Amino acid sequence: MNKQKTLTAVSAAGLRKSFGDVAVLDGIDLNVPEGTIFALLGPNGAGKTTMVQILSTLITADGGEARIGGHDLTTEPELVRTAIGVTGQFSAVDNLLTGEENLILMADLRHLGRPEGRRRAAELLGLFDLAEAARKTAATYSGGMRRRLDLAMTLVGDPRIIFLDEPTAGLDPRSRRTMWQIIRGLVADGVTIFLTTQYLEEADHLADRIALLDHGKLVAEGTADELKRLIPGSHIRLRFSGENELESAARALGEVSRDGDALTLQVPGDGSVPSLRALLNRLENESIDVDALSVHTPDLDDVFLALTSQAGPVKDGQ
Amino acid sequence: MSARAHAVSDSATMLRRNLRHVLRYPSMSVSVVAMPVIFLLLFVYVFGGTLGAGLGGAPGGGRYIDYVVPGIILLTAATASMSTAVSVCVDMTEGIVARFRTMAIFRPALLTGHVAGSMILTMLSMGLVFGAALLMGFRPTAGPARWIAVIGVLAMLTLALTWLAVALGLVAKNPESASSLPLPLMLLPFLGSGFVPANSMSGGFRWLAENQPFTPIIETLRGLLTGTPIGHNAVLAVAWCAGITLGGYLWARAVFNRGPVH
Repeated sequence: MNKQKTLTAVSAAGLRKSFGDVAVLDGIDLNVPEGTIFALLGPNGAGKTTMVQILSTLITADGGEARIGGHDLTTEPELVRTAIGVTGQFSAVDNLLTGEENLILMADLRHLGRPEGRRRAAELLGLFDLAEAARKTAATYSGGMRRRLDLAMTLVGDPRIIFLDEPTAGLDPRSRRTMWQIIRGLVADGVTIFLTTQYLEEADHLADRIALLDHGKLVAEGTADELKRLIPGSHIRLRFSGENELESAARALGEVSRDGDALTLQVPGDGSVPSLRALLNRLENESIDVDALSVHTPDLDDVFLALTSQAGPVKDGQ
Repeated sequence: MSARAHAVSDSATMLRRNLRHVLRYPSMSVSVVAMPVIFLLLFVYVFGGTLGAGLGGAPGGGRYIDYVVPGIILLTAATASMSTAVSVCVDMTEGIVARFRTMAIFRPALLTGHVAGSMILTMLSMGLVFGAALLMGFRPTAGPARWIAVIGVLAMLTLALTWLAVALGLVAKNPESASSLPLPLMLLPFLGSGFVPANSMSGGFRWLAENQPFTPIIETLRGLLTGTPIGHNAVLAVAWCAGITLGGYLWARAVFNRGPVH
């Protein structure tokens, strides 16, 4: 597809990590091409954060290999650190410093030099809509502002590979969308993003490739569309105004699953216009009134629930 | 390329960060000065009459305030180490420390920044306590050379207690235990020659008072400030300071390198 030779930003082979007897990561293999967004999706406790902590040199793996930006994780951690930026799950801002001071602290630790550090701090404050709050301490910031400051601090040294551990957890919908915009903007500049999330919508919106992590193993990997194809297809849901309509419709349509309490039928079908028209015609011929109709294509929620074991009862119906 | 090349600049950056913290959250530092000054008031104006009379012909006998100031100064150092331990412990629970660990910076800078910041604060606090003592009638006989020696001894003591406090702050599970771990340090001036001569105590306490690290340091300071005999105490004081510094440093380094999980 892509004619250009794609370079690998993050690669891992057979990564393992145990805490005591519990295998948190049990042989993880993955590849993230440069300039793409990779989402590691999984329920709570799947090992997402551990994965980020290992890849960002915060903790060491028990076994396996990984290369970040071409540098080996175990033998060249210093070089890995110069290539990466990390925004962890828990706010990594200094609460007693102002937003501006936090950014200048990062610039100093990246050895940018005074004038360049100040210039970069001002630029990021503007970019992340924090200019007005620049001289207030981070302790006074709202959740969304803290996240933005957190990410801005990560960007100070222009890292080529950025790890984001649940970047939008606990944010309101508007802040979440702002964060998504920022992330997309970064990738447009050629940055590679490795993010973890438990929001399927987020992975669907952002990620070029998604890997599903469950109990320390990757249970599926691919694009959002590829993952959706892994589970049984779409259906059309019909709701009726009474028992009688439901009964006759079920007789007329044959192979359907029904929910008597909700007065709904689920008919297998892909929701295309011809199939919908055919379905409605059959009901019309039988003079059955349909109260409401909706088309359901499988979303990542269905994939998530079908492929991860601890996510509760599998959806009934199809 | 190596992070080691940035040892000095990274440490300076961390020092600036810690000093900013003190300016933003000064209550801890205020208590470091207030506590010893309150003890000074107590021991000069409340207990001082009786204690001073009891000293009699003991070395430094004379006015009790001249006897008690070295002990109060060590109490200042002990109080300051408590504040150091708490601030290190609190800092380690902050997410930003995990961020520092993923950056290509000179790793010990985080600790040396704390040590440098605490040293500056502790020495300033001691200066303020000295000032309070002078206002209350403390009259040292030391000349400039002896004052420089006093500052030297206090710097060594502060360095030692600060590294120890950093280690305690790192091993403490939470700020509460970080504030209680250095508590024995605060008792040492009392269980030494800080407030009454060691040879006036009895039994095990006398043995403890004569053999614990604060006693030779107090005797050295008292000798430098008011001209009482110092003897072998100066050598002992330097040895204790060097030993505690080395032990505290090695301990802190080992705990810090063990990993980010607190």
